[in-house]
Order: sequence, then C-alpha cells, then structure tokens
Amino acid sequence: MKIIVCIKQVPDTKGGVKFNADGTLDRGAMLAIMNPDDKAGLEAALRLKDQYGAEVTVLTMGLPKAADVLREAIAMGADNGILVTDRVLGGADTWATSTTIAGAIRNLEYDLIITGRQAIDGDTAQVGPQIAEHLGLPVISYAQEISVDGDKVVVKRQYDDRYHMVEAKMPCLVTALAELNDPRYMTPGGIFDAVAAEITTWGRADLKDVDDANLGLAGSPTKIAKASDKVRKGAGEKVTPDSPEDAVAYIVGKLDEKHAI
Amino acid sequence: MNLEEYKGVYVFAQQVDNEVSGIALELLGKAKELAAPLNTEVTAVLIGYNVGNLVDKLAEYGADKVIVVDDKECEVYRTEPYAHALASVINEYKPEIVLVGATAIGRDLGPTVSARVATGLTADCTVLEIGDFPLVAVPGKEQLHNQLLMTRPAFGGNTIATIACPYNRPQMATVRPGVMQKIEPVAGAKAEVINYNPGFTPNNKYVTVKEVVKAVSDVKDIMDAKVLVSGGRGVGSADNFKMLQDLADVLGGQVSCSRAVVDSGWMPKDLQVGQTGKTVRPNLYFAIGISGAIQHVAGMEESDIIVAINKDEDAPIFDVADYGVVGDLNKIVPQLTAAIKAAKEAKAK
Repeated sequence: MKIIVCIKQVPDTKGGVKFNADGTLDRGAMLAIMNPDDKAGLEAALRLKDQYGAEVTVLTMGLPKAADVLREAIAMGADNGILVTDRVLGGADTWATSTTIAGAIRNLEYDLIITGRQAIDGDTAQVGPQIAEHLGLPVISYAQEISVDGDKVVVKRQYDDRYHMVEAKMPCLVTALAELNDPRYMTPGGIFDAVAAEITTWGRADLKDVDDANLGLAGSPTKIAKASDKVRKGAGEKVTPDSPEDAVAYIVGKLDEKHAI
Repeated sequence: MNLEEYKGVYVFAQQVDNEVSGIALELLGKAKELAAPLNTEVTAVLIGYNVGNLVDKLAEYGADKVIVVDDKECEVYRTEPYAHALASVINEYKPEIVLVGATAIGRDLGPTVSARVATGLTADCTVLEIGDFPLVAVPGKEQLHNQLLMTRPAFGGNTIATIACPYNRPQMATVRPGVMQKIEPVAGAKAEVINYNPGFTPNNKYVTVKEVVKAVSDVKDIMDAKVLVSGGRGVGSADNFKMLQDLADVLGGQVSCSRAVVDSGWMPKDLQVGQTGKTVRPNLYFAIGISGAIQHVAGMEESDIIVAINKDEDAPIFDVADYGVVGDLNKIVPQLTAAIKAAKEAKAK
C-alpha cells in the first residue's frame, strides 16, 4: 500500500504573529512546528504501515525551511519526503494551495492520501477536501479512526452530535483530527535516517496538469482586503478580596447592579 | 466568467434527520441583511430526502425562494451527492453569494463545492458585509462596489483579516453557528418553491455509510444557554464540577468547560467552549479556574457579562473579564451559590 500524508509547517500560534507589508503572513519570522492534525494523520499512516506494511511519503508545500517537518516525519518513520517550493507559489489561498498540491500528487502513485483536518494558522479545513476534488477522489473528512479492509478504507467520521462509519474504495482522501491518536516520538535511529535522508524538492515546473492562472497570490480567488492584530475588549475590574465572603459579596453586588440575578 | 450574471444571496439550508439546523436560520437572517443593499432576494437551498415540509420554516425565517433538491441519494449526508447537488444549483442559478454553515457538514461541503465551481471560500467568518474592494480607492486600480467583505479570525484568534473574492463568483463563506442572528420568524410567510434535481449517478466518490451512531446526550446545547458556568483545569477534577453544576442550577444556566477539561476526560466534548469547541454568547459567563488561552477566549468573548474566578492573578482571562476575582474557587463557588440562592429567595418574597 502507498500512502501520501500532506503535512504543513505552521507557526506556533502561541508565539505571536507577524505580517509582511502586503498583508500576507511573514512565516519566516515565526517559530515553526508540524501542524497537530497533520501529525495525527501521519501517525495514522504509520500505524497502517506497522500493521499492513506501507510506503509512507510525506509531502509539504512551503518555504525551503519547511524541509524540517519532512525530516521530523521521516524521524518518526515516514519513508520519503517531498518539498514543493517555488517563489511563484507564495501567497496562495486554499484554492491555489490545493491546486499546487494536487499537481504534485499527480506525479505519484497512491492508495490513500491523508491530510490534517485543518492547520492551526488558517483553521480553514479546506485544503484536504479541495485536493480530493482536484484529483477526483472520494473524501472523508474529520476522521476519528482509520482502518483498512482489503481495497477499502473504513473511517469513523465525526459530526456535531454523532458519527458515521464510512467506507470508501481506495484511492481516497481522508482528513484527520488531532484526537485520532497520540503521535509517536522520533526515534534515535529515525533521526539518524532523517539527517541522511534525501528530500525531493519540486518547483513549479514539476507540477502536473496545472495552469499558472491558478497558482500563488495572483491565482488565488480570495484577496486580503485588510489584516490586523485583533483589538480585544478591554479588561474590566480585577479585585483580590481578603476572604471568600468578600469575594462573594463583590460578585453578587455586581450581578445585582447589572440585573443579572 | 461574466460576474454580472450572478445574482442573489443563497444559503445552504442544512438539515439533519429532516430537521432544519439552527445555523441555516442564522444564515438566512444574515442573508436578508446582505440582500438589502444589493437589492436582491434570499434563496435557501434545501438538500435531502422527503424534506419538502421544511420549506415553510425557511420562509418564516427570511427565504424568498427555496430551491429543493429532494433525492433518496441525499437522505444521509455524504460529501458527493451533496456537493453535486449544491454545485449544480450554483451552475444553474448563478448566485452572487453562497453562505454555508461552518459545521462538520458545511466545512466538508463548502470546500468541495468551491473547488468544483472554481471560486474562493472564506472559512469561519465572524462579520459579513457589503462594501468596496479595495476598501480605499487606489490610483490606477479599479475599485469594485457591492462586494462581499468577509472578516475572520486567524492564528488562533490572534489576528483578524477581511477578505474579498472580487473576480470570481459566487463569493462563498462559511460561518460558525452562534455568530449570526436569526430574524423574528414571520408566521405564515411563504416562499417561492423550485424543485430541482440535477440527477444522481453514483461513481467512485459515493462512499457507503455503514452505520450512524448518535451521541447519547440529553444535554441542552450550551450555545442556547443564557447563563454558562464554565470550568477549566483549575477546577481540579470531574467531581469538582458538581460545584459548578450547583451554581449553574441556581442561575438557571448550564455548565460548560475549556479544552483542557475535555482533554482530561472530565467533561464531554459538546460542552467545550472555544476555537475547537463552540462559540457562545450568553448574558452571563462565569470562567472558573480557566486561565484564558486565546483559543478559549475566541469562543466566549462576545458574552455580555464575564465573571472570572482564578487564583492566578496574572491569568489572561482577567484581560477579558468584566469582573475578575483573584481567589480560591473551591471556597468561593459554594458560598456564591448559597448567596445567589438566598438573594433570589429574598427577591421572590
């Protein structure tokens, strides 16, 4: 079985956010980690590999330094890493990103593609289903469990108040939730492999069956009109009462004043 | 693409088990607002099987027209028949705006459909309005009017961005439940009904739903609560949530929680407030033992009154609280419950 896992290097959102002058993100200036949903997707792929035997290829699109997450994935047990990087691909929205990744995947053989549900920088949950759409594959989003049964994949698909057990014939694409599993750590042997591993690097010319008009900032249908740091509601009062009784009197007094009780 | 051909504000009227989802009504409320300056109509797209009885409800909540795609293949949500249905409606009727709920269904359907009809999609919008792009006229660049301006948080709520989709149609957005307001229903309102079936031919994209398992929960949705008593890691244990439940009971409210509590297995996921949980805006929100990570705040900062109790005086929750109390929740909460109970009884006399 051949599995492709799409992963993304994301800024750790705890560290604050920086912008370029044109309103796009300055990814270079932020601390980078492997996106949590993607890491769960990678772990799911590695478990299928442990169980049935599989070749796991990790693929990412980003700046050259995104090769770091590919090496991390290889250190966890992935077999190959592919980096898609090119200046003309920068500033892409989800349409242009999914077009790019689909163009890269068309060069590969696969039975199953796993992506994370969403990345913690954009939180859109769009790129996975859009890759499937470009490739003409069935998509099963929000996977809580993934197993394989012959030529089919069986997924526990989360909804708001229920789940469905869904079966699809491979090839297909599944998007993984972080709660799917606890990803394994890198192993010392894996780290050794990862350092030595050759990362395949592809640029625009390596993308199959894509039109320049659908790539990068210019090929993105959505345009940023304005971006800014969020202006938060100002802090109200903060008190440190001497006793629980004082604390209670304070809260009850305020709620009474606001007619909230 | 001739952008002028695209007219009307469309809403994907999500239904599950032949019941209209609250988000569909909220989107109709917003669609009505957007349709006014555009001088156009609001159309609900209702997809399912034997769902014709839901049309009147959509009319009462603001739909001028309802396009019904009724087919056995659409009985239970699956990406493919639904994406085919919605994409076909878009190609046939050419709406200028399509709104979809940012639910576990809409966040799968929206991206698939937007890719199929080759347009942009902005996820999880908190503000939708009609305006100009660019916002301010730039010399040498045409300023387009009557554009959908879609504002959304990104980076875990650290930033907000306003996005337009100026050169493609339709302009598509998803909106999370609880963000937009329904209108007061107009009893007896009727919509023009259009039955449309694009034809469904199962192909490789049609998956098989082997089993549907509904979560066993008789808990009311926290998004509907007027008062929420929310606990975080600081509450200490699942048992200690009893104390919060008592407070919620005297206030006629409900208990909710932060992500840390769900991760610890103390409370179920459907009670989680925040970016990966639910967006709530009750009249009164207690944040008890919640540090106030940005992801949590993103889900509750629109609450009318926020009261925080935390022993850490530097907890970021105090930055959004109207009334912050630094102290031991284990001592304060039971006494607070007793005092509110007493105050209510005194008022009732």
